[in-house]
Amino acid sequence: MNLAPVTGSASTRPRRAPRPIRAVRGLKAGHAFVAGYVVLLAAFGIVPSAYGIYFAFTNSANYFAGLSNFTAAARDFRYLPAVGHVAGYLVIWLVALVVFVTALALVLHQLPARRIGRLVRFLYYIPGALAGAASVMVWLFMLDPTVSPASSFLRLLGYGTFGQVIEPGHLAVLFAMIAFWTGAGGWIVVMYGALNNIPLDVIDAARIDGAGRWQIARRIQIPMLRKWIVYMVILAFATGTQLFVEPQLISEASLGVAGRDYSLNQLSYDFAFQNNNVNYAAAISVELLVVSLVVAAVFVTRSRFFDAD
Amino acid sequence: MPTDTAAPTVTRLAPPGAGRSRPRRRRRPALAAGQILPGLLLIVFLVFFVLPVIWLLLAATKTDAQLVQDNPLSFGSWHALRQNWDALTGFQGDVILLWLRNSALYAFVALAITLVAGIPAGYALAMTEFRGRRALLVTTLVVMLMPTTTLVVPLFLEINAVHLIGSLWSVVLPYSFYPFGVYLTYIYFSTALPRDLLDAARIDGCTEFEAFCRIALPLAVPVIALVGFFSFVANWTNYFLPYVMLPESNQYPVQVGLGLLLTDVPQFNPTAGTAAVLRPELALATLVAISPVLIVFLFAQRFLISGLLAGATKE
Repeated sequence: MNLAPVTGSASTRPRRAPRPIRAVRGLKAGHAFVAGYVVLLAAFGIVPSAYGIYFAFTNSANYFAGLSNFTAAARDFRYLPAVGHVAGYLVIWLVALVVFVTALALVLHQLPARRIGRLVRFLYYIPGALAGAASVMVWLFMLDPTVSPASSFLRLLGYGTFGQVIEPGHLAVLFAMIAFWTGAGGWIVVMYGALNNIPLDVIDAARIDGAGRWQIARRIQIPMLRKWIVYMVILAFATGTQLFVEPQLISEASLGVAGRDYSLNQLSYDFAFQNNNVNYAAAISVELLVVSLVVAAVFVTRSRFFDAD
Repeated sequence: MPTDTAAPTVTRLAPPGAGRSRPRRRRRPALAAGQILPGLLLIVFLVFFVLPVIWLLLAATKTDAQLVQDNPLSFGSWHALRQNWDALTGFQGDVILLWLRNSALYAFVALAITLVAGIPAGYALAMTEFRGRRALLVTTLVVMLMPTTTLVVPLFLEINAVHLIGSLWSVVLPYSFYPFGVYLTYIYFSTALPRDLLDAARIDGCTEFEAFCRIALPLAVPVIALVGFFSFVANWTNYFLPYVMLPESNQYPVQVGLGLLLTDVPQFNPTAGTAAVLRPELALATLVAISPVLIVFLFAQRFLISGLLAGATKE
């Protein structure tokens, strides 16, 4: 029984039972209780989406423009490179997440010393407090060979200056590393919790049948973690497409190495605030919106991950 | 990324004690290759996750020269820390303190609205029937999974249309919409609050509102803390939304302020003007900027778990 996104609570709630009195009274009260939230949902979820869509399909004179904003934005010389950058970053980040988060959770779960395990999980989780701009500040220092504690490692790789470390070809890896640094600890805690929910009998039975640690991991634990891994990949994918703060700050600190148009969100921002073309900006926003909406909707409706009765 | 804060909840919420009673301690023979490799993996990642944090703590105690010349993991001096602090607060006349105040203002006002709107909503989704309940629940789930950054540019267009750009509300109101908090509350009440208890209250003549205030709310303290924790962390660490909404630097939250400081560090931006910021000052500013979240993290560890224990035993 996991309180979070898991089914199982349904059994404790016979909601279908006919209770006419409550149903009638609850009808009004329910609406009153959700009213404030529904207003916020409408004002800051639905209205901006609709407004973004409106801008994406109209031109600066407010006439219907069909798909012209989308095609024009896509023809911009910065568009395809931005898609490529985000895609490259996503591949590296998602692979790193799946491989290392799963491996670390499994290893931590095997650890005989529970206290140490708990401490290590917490230490892995700490960088989560530095999410956002702070993580970029830290990594600017980490990647600058003149001050980095890993400078000998950086020099070993042949990078003597900050400019060499953050050359454009490296950025996808570096952004993935920053995202992993702040986000992976939380996921390791999640995976560890999911491992704890695997019935011990199953693992004991396998052990009696002669399965080694590796076989238990591969044949029992990893398959049972699968839905959590999928959940992680989906959320990380949706977040990853939105890349903004890392490239934006790096572009301000990179001696001009990284452009202001590395990611799609940056391009959207630039269209809106540098080129004064909100219609192109909205078109890119709508594309990103559709990606994350589709991903979320498919996951919610198909995966049975959430108990939405 | 801020949205990643969604992740850790799951186990926070996971049954406390699950697995704790398991007799996993087994005597093992001497170290084999199968144990060295996993151990090495743990240590390598421990260094990866922790070393930058330790470095940051130490960097704030150094002068810029010490930062370059001394061992990266050595302590500078209290004197240098003091000087860095003075220089940092001297930057544009205490502006860092103003940014911290802004961050706190935005995060707490938004948190208050989130709780006032979200806790009753989560309760109603879990414990009452009303038309549109399922649609609202599914919408909440979908929106919750969407990264908060998705709507920043459309939100700007909307807020701009109602002439609120640059106001407190341009940041606070979008922050206040926090579907993840509603979902957490929904899950909490679904599992931790027996429906019979509410029915009993109703039979005793409580109105729906009284039942909520007298029965549900006193039991909701753990989930209020939990929603508060995630909402606060998400709001405090948000960068993109305030970056877009707030044109004046004296309105910035500290996260956006860090970006401004960064552009004044000559080593990272050679075009930095005369008001140069030294690297240890930037390190100190980063520490100051994250300290509230870090404190909440350390503090919430124990608090949240005990709150969840209290919730779990009610079943």
